[in-house]
Amino acid sequence: MALRSVSRLLVNSQRCVLFTASRSQKTAAASPWDAEKSGEKKQVKTPKAQFNWRDALDLDGLLTEEEIMIRDSFRTYCQEKLMPRILMANRNEVFHREIVSEMGELGVLGPTIKGYGCAGTSYVAYGLIAREVERVDSGYRSVMSVQSSLVMHPINAYGTEEQKEKYLPRLARGEILGCFGLTEPNHGSDPGSMDTRAKYNPSSRTFTLTGSKTWITNSPVADICVVWAKCEDGKVRGFILERGMKGLSTPKIEGKFSLRASATGMIIMDEVEVPEENLLPKVSGLAGPFGCLNNARYGIAWGALGAAEFCFHAARQYTLDRIQFGVPLARNQLIQKKMADMLTEIAIGLQSCLQLGRLIDDKKAAPEMISMLKRNSCGKALDIARQARDMLGGNGIADEYHIIRHVMNLEAVNTYEGTHDIHALILGRAITGLQSFTVGK
Amino acid sequence: MHLFSMFLKFQHHLYCLCLPQIRVKPDHTGVVTDGVKHSMNPFCEIAVEEAVKLKEKKLVKEVVAVSCGPQQVQETIRTALAMGADRGIHVEVSGKDYETLGPLQVSKILAALAKKEQADLIILGKQVADFRDSGTFASEVNIEADKLKVVREVDGGLETIKIKLPAVVTADLRLNTPRYATLPNIMKAKKKKIANVKPADLGVDVSSRLEVLKVDEPPQRQAGVKVETVNDLVGKLKEAGTI
Repeated sequence: MALRSVSRLLVNSQRCVLFTASRSQKTAAASPWDAEKSGEKKQVKTPKAQFNWRDALDLDGLLTEEEIMIRDSFRTYCQEKLMPRILMANRNEVFHREIVSEMGELGVLGPTIKGYGCAGTSYVAYGLIAREVERVDSGYRSVMSVQSSLVMHPINAYGTEEQKEKYLPRLARGEILGCFGLTEPNHGSDPGSMDTRAKYNPSSRTFTLTGSKTWITNSPVADICVVWAKCEDGKVRGFILERGMKGLSTPKIEGKFSLRASATGMIIMDEVEVPEENLLPKVSGLAGPFGCLNNARYGIAWGALGAAEFCFHAARQYTLDRIQFGVPLARNQLIQKKMADMLTEIAIGLQSCLQLGRLIDDKKAAPEMISMLKRNSCGKALDIARQARDMLGGNGIADEYHIIRHVMNLEAVNTYEGTHDIHALILGRAITGLQSFTVGK
Repeated sequence: MHLFSMFLKFQHHLYCLCLPQIRVKPDHTGVVTDGVKHSMNPFCEIAVEEAVKLKEKKLVKEVVAVSCGPQQVQETIRTALAMGADRGIHVEVSGKDYETLGPLQVSKILAALAKKEQADLIILGKQVADFRDSGTFASEVNIEADKLKVVREVDGGLETIKIKLPAVVTADLRLNTPRYATLPNIMKAKKKKIANVKPADLGVDVSSRLEVLKVDEPPQRQAGVKVETVNDLVGKLKEAGTI
């Protein structure tokens, strides 16, 4: 019986060695073979649960057939079409605008929106999509998140029917690219104190916007900008600005060592005249931008784990291949411990993201849940990437091995859309009822 | 063996067959099917793509995807639907019957179905090329008037033939590049119908006339020997008795 177990091990490489070995030493429990041999009544054979390090808690078993198809189809695209580009794109800081059109063709932009040329799929599917893109690069996923959650979503949620008809189908196809302007040079975590102003001109029925935004993904090449500005009543509102408007410029930010495969820049507004039809009328106050950010943060929670998975798998393969002192690096305890930690965090993280996605689809999710998982996924992923980089030794700093790129990227991912610490404060407030953002009461 | 076929109706139906990753069972009685992902093989993908392309060119009216096998093959049919097939037919063959399902039974099933559905054109993945029809190893397929023009890859180069319908074509790698199933199409696939059929309904007996005695993995590749000079090489070949 031991021999049979071993030969099964050889054929089915996913079986854990220890499991099979211990199996053959058991004498008490009856195996199906023993039952047959002794002529006893055959037990109802339940398939033995196997441990799969690639999917430790069987996430796939919780997905619908459709979600699996979506994930598999998109994963193939990402690995076949995005992965080959990323090395040079990141090295030379080139943004491949074509990927937006390619993703548009696949229907993955603004996937949760119903109508207007969008797929209208579940939030779980959106998460699975984000995970696959970020498995390749966080910069690519940022481009997708901005387009879907920070441009298409506000237009869909807060815009007029005319605005939706005008912009959404073209955004969905990737024909036009958008960007989201909230952060300012002097106001990052504190958007409420923004300096950008919007003044209404009754005579021309326009708003005049003045101010500057920074760290804006896509801005240097965007066709439209969804900009948040403070109006005269002190309330923040959203405006759709179009390239070509006088006074609008979008310079690129140079010397960036993160998300190099996506274009990042500023939005400079010098008394830009925006027609009042371009105001997003259905929201005012910070609820507007935060609604968008929550949408994006959810995608990021999934996405960061995709990057972590890549780093984990890459480190595993490297340490299996590399021989030092006569044995593979993976033979060493320190290496195995690191991988055990990675496996655990990724498996647990994905389960939590799935639950969150289901809650969002059932309209039962609170923003703090999203904060919790964005923070967790990003923090853990950054740690995993750093550990993986370490496991690759010197090769870990070469972009050909990709891990260092994820390390660089995840620094930004951990920071944007609410820093690790800020999300902690959001949770702290929810836990205690006491806010700790400001020094006042 | 997991078999997948594709029908295309234009008046014509297309078939496509595929095989998954196969491993030999440890007790040498067959191949492992537990946990083997039943996904469409590349040749089948190409056949599906060709069918959908012909439909997009309006040369074809309806594309029907057919698969023979257990429950799991429905997944593959869904993929074909997501790529653009209109409906599916699942010929249910499971358990022992499935393990012993061979090319003879499959061709009987497909022939019976083709008659029932009035298929004129069958496209198969190149891998199962047991069929006698002439449109094999197709690298280009066109419909001209009521004939099918096929460019075939043969040992000597390319051969262009015109064949009358109904016909069978097997897809080769260079026929096309299969599309990625788009998100909206995957969602639409949910609503497309997959009909369930038993081989008996088609009047086909799937019991095997063959008995599998033993299944073995191919022998392990032995390491070669490196030689330093041409003389050494000649010496080794003489030793082995090959020259």
